[in-house]
Amino acid sequence: MTCYETVMAYGLRAVGIGERLLPREDFTLCQQFTLIGSGMIWNVYFGILALMAGFVFATLLALGKNASNIWLRKPSEWFIFLFRGSPLFIQFFFGYFLFLQLKTVFPIFAPFTAAWLGALVVLFFNTSAYSAEIFYGALQSIPKGDTEAADAYGLSGWTRFKRVIWPTMLRLAWPAYTNEAIFLFHATTLVFFTGFPAWQQRGDALYYASYFADKTFNPFIPYPILAMYFIILTLIVISVFGTINRRLNRHLPDNARPKLRWRPTLIR
Amino acid sequence: MSIYWSVLTVLLLLGITAPTALAFGFAGASAARSRVAPLSWLGRSYIAVVRGVPDIAFFLFFVIALDQMIEWTRHKIKCPDWDEPIRQGNDFVVCQAAKMPLGDAPQWVHESYGFAIAVFTFAIVFGAFAANVLFGAMRAVPKAQLETAESYGMSPRQTFWRILVPQMWVFALPGLSNLWMVLIKATPLLFLLGIEDIVYWARELGGTKTARFTDYPHGDWRMWYFLALLVFYLMFTKVSEVVLGRIMARLTRGQATSAGEAQRKAT
Repeated sequence: MTCYETVMAYGLRAVGIGERLLPREDFTLCQQFTLIGSGMIWNVYFGILALMAGFVFATLLALGKNASNIWLRKPSEWFIFLFRGSPLFIQFFFGYFLFLQLKTVFPIFAPFTAAWLGALVVLFFNTSAYSAEIFYGALQSIPKGDTEAADAYGLSGWTRFKRVIWPTMLRLAWPAYTNEAIFLFHATTLVFFTGFPAWQQRGDALYYASYFADKTFNPFIPYPILAMYFIILTLIVISVFGTINRRLNRHLPDNARPKLRWRPTLIR
Repeated sequence: MSIYWSVLTVLLLLGITAPTALAFGFAGASAARSRVAPLSWLGRSYIAVVRGVPDIAFFLFFVIALDQMIEWTRHKIKCPDWDEPIRQGNDFVVCQAAKMPLGDAPQWVHESYGFAIAVFTFAIVFGAFAANVLFGAMRAVPKAQLETAESYGMSPRQTFWRILVPQMWVFALPGLSNLWMVLIKATPLLFLLGIEDIVYWARELGGTKTARFTDYPHGDWRMWYFLALLVFYLMFTKVSEVVLGRIMARLTRGQATSAGEAQRKAT
């Protein structure tokens, strides 16, 4: 099999298109690159969807935690504590078995036991909680002058929030939020190592990498390939978020703009 | 019964890893600060490399790599006249005497060997992060303190041990407590390294049991077991938060930071 044929056969293997059987022997470098790369589809899918949905929910949660109304504040605080205080790994397991139980009672939960939806929900809640804490911190550190200026201009309610509070919150939170985004992409690798089954061996990048490592007893090839893919993904995320960061800070003089620095965090 | 042991395993892992990682971190940070260039490069590259690699991949990779490295070294020493290549296609072949642990070793040796490798992996990864925190903390100690020490005629070694190290902890503690929280939350990853920890047992014991195989038949209880684990970890983090807050208050006493200033005013 030439490398071109391999790419044709396995390029979309992770979503179930192409050759059904995974290679069993005589692993070539090309196969490893192609399959691990095709697994990245899942990592990107989980990451992007959880991030976008989580962004909206996190904003609401942060506002809730910042609210003076106790009925809004307490649930948000508890939600954030629940998801930030426990390991994501356990959350995945718990979520999976919870959906399994729910499925027996309400059949509507059947798709939730599959990774594409169930794991997405868990990741969504998790990243919402972490981002909400970041946004909450930013809300707390909005300069007093900004809100006073808004009041002086006679802005109130929704306009005040949309024009002043929200942009400033995003601007302050953005460097930390970038880290959270990168981190979320790294966390997507956990999905297929918890309860969620890789149906018909359609797994993510780490799933295929460990498949090759198991079969060849040689971790020195698949894992560096995986690391390479993730470094590329991280660089893409940084550049996208950097563009947004520049836009958020476009009104500031050059030397006052916060720079994005990637400070990698670790397992959550 | 084994589930209780596995809780102990997790606690043991935390108990061993935390000081080891701190030691690694201390060594790494002091190396990175060193005035000898190669030592400084070594420390800096240790921090940079480990922090740059994605987390879980590192765990998966390092366990096999470490195992193979040990076996390869033992192979070179114990069987010098072995003429076949070690990597035969898909297999990693070493001579019998170089197997680690030995093929005829009892079960507990195998288990504790796996555990030791896991601890070492955790220590290396978290050591790099601790090194980064300590490195920052060492730089945060007010320069005037070090200059005063120098003007009193202390040697660099004395300055390091008597002035820098006692003062850096208050700057390091927020980062270190963060790291401790992360370490707690990383312990379920032991399961991935093939240790029979609480995740393993929650899956085993929670699974459906029929009356044929056990005295206590029950349905699929895994959800409840994992709920219990969730609560266990939540409580653990909460307790740690409280304890670390106390330590922080103790360390701030008499320090030239704003929190220390606030403490002085309060009393």
